Amino acid sequence: MNEVDVREAVTRAHHEEWARVVAALTRRFGDLDVAEEAAAEAFATAVERWPADGVPANPGAWLTTTANHKAIDRLRRENKRDDKHKEARLVHDDDPPEPLGAIDDDRLRLIFTCCHPALAMDARLALTLRMVGGLTVPEIARAFLVAESAMGQRITRAKAKIKTARIPYRVPSAEDLPARVTGVLAVLYLVFNEGYLATGPDTDPLRHDLTAEAIRLTRLIRALLPDDGEVAGLLALMLLIEARRAARVSASGELVPLADQDRGTWDTALIAEGHRLVRERLAAAAAGVAPGRYQILAAINAVHTSARDVRDTDWSQVLALYDQLVRLDPSPLIALNRAIAVAELDGPDVALAAVNRLEDRLAGYHAYHATRADLLRRLGRGQESRAAYDKAIELAGNTAETAYLTRRRTQLP
Amino acid sequence: MRYLVSVIDDKSNPGSTDRQPAISAFNERLIAEGYWVFAGGLADTDAATVVDNRGEQAVFTDGPFVESKEYLAGVWVWEAPDLDVALKLATEASKICDRKIEVRPFL
Repeated sequence: MNEVDVREAVTRAHHEEWARVVAALTRRFGDLDVAEEAAAEAFATAVERWPADGVPANPGAWLTTTANHKAIDRLRRENKRDDKHKEARLVHDDDPPEPLGAIDDDRLRLIFTCCHPALAMDARLALTLRMVGGLTVPEIARAFLVAESAMGQRITRAKAKIKTARIPYRVPSAEDLPARVTGVLAVLYLVFNEGYLATGPDTDPLRHDLTAEAIRLTRLIRALLPDDGEVAGLLALMLLIEARRAARVSASGELVPLADQDRGTWDTALIAEGHRLVRERLAAAAAGVAPGRYQILAAINAVHTSARDVRDTDWSQVLALYDQLVRLDPSPLIALNRAIAVAELDGPDVALAAVNRLEDRLAGYHAYHATRADLLRRLGRGQESRAAYDKAIELAGNTAETAYLTRRRTQLP
Repeated sequence: MRYLVSVIDDKSNPGSTDRQPAISAFNERLIAEGYWVFAGGLADTDAATVVDNRGEQAVFTDGPFVESKEYLAGVWVWEAPDLDVALKLATEASKICDRKIEVRPFL
């Protein structure tokens, strides 16, 4: 086996086995720190040894065994110094969790612990990417434009809180599960969104590393909780957005809105997979299971990705789905997006009136001004449109979006 | 695992004052279910005195150690197997006391 093959084998093992190794060690040793460090050491050992010894037949088992040895070595060293660590073990129950799906997997415990509601949202993001995703601290720091030392501290603090406050290492009870799954999905959606519309003047406008990681982790949750409709919904939503990635930014680095995208460059395989999931959820909805917000958002994206030409878009379907979503989530952002569908069906004047009503709550948000600017432009109110573009450009954090808005402003008559 | 459970009131937006019967019933339950270690309501912060004897001479100061809109109105000590159990009880406690609750582990 040549060097490239070995390197690929290590990368693949890292993708497939990291979370499993960390999860199994956390369960055995009751300590996230020990598990994380031993897993990292085991992968470092693989990088050293596999080129000479060959890739083991079962890389996951090899890595878990190696990591176990590393953890035991560390605990032996520490035991000589103090016995205190024994008191601070993570609590977990050994009873298998109530059957949720096909798999009882320690990775589920790991995910729920990292996304625990007692941790701050930024800590949940960082911890999930480190412990479940296997990203390094420098990688996570880069992803969120935070200094490496600060990101390291954030993760250390989160692990310390889990230990001292006794956040348990277990899958929540059936009664708490829906709320806790919602919390996990919120973390994954935030990771995805940061990749989909990256903020900051010095980052790429699209961060494929982050969207890909979010999709990979959501696929994992989907495998672990196959019957959860919102998990399927979020995965479908991500796939249908990711499918349009190549069309979203022009060669000159400008954001391309949905209506102007070259639909021929959309990824048909991702769309097909997303549509399959949406159909699965539609069948469940027809059987009386009320869909959650991710499922509805996915359905809206399915309508868009079903239209070969923007003129074929079924806007009444889009609006009906937004109406359903508004009832579930009264957030002004949803109302803003709903207004875009209203503009297509009832005209920009009706939509503008709806958007203007959101001013109190959205005046500090670039998309509010960008939407107004576009509606005012369509109504021929150039001067007001220009002012709205100015405000949107001032507030937009994404370089491709700023470029797009700037061009639209210069094109005003 | 022991947790200090603090009941936080807000001077500018105080919780309702008719909670005592419900709190007593909740305490009975905490005792019956084995979580109760200690409970106590606190007098107004005006009744507090801060003592500082780190220097040459002890200094007594009238009032709480920190003046703030929010203050500690009472405490519990609970014995709970983990934070999930403590948070679940605290969620009920917040409703019953009509006040915010802080859950903090003892070392």
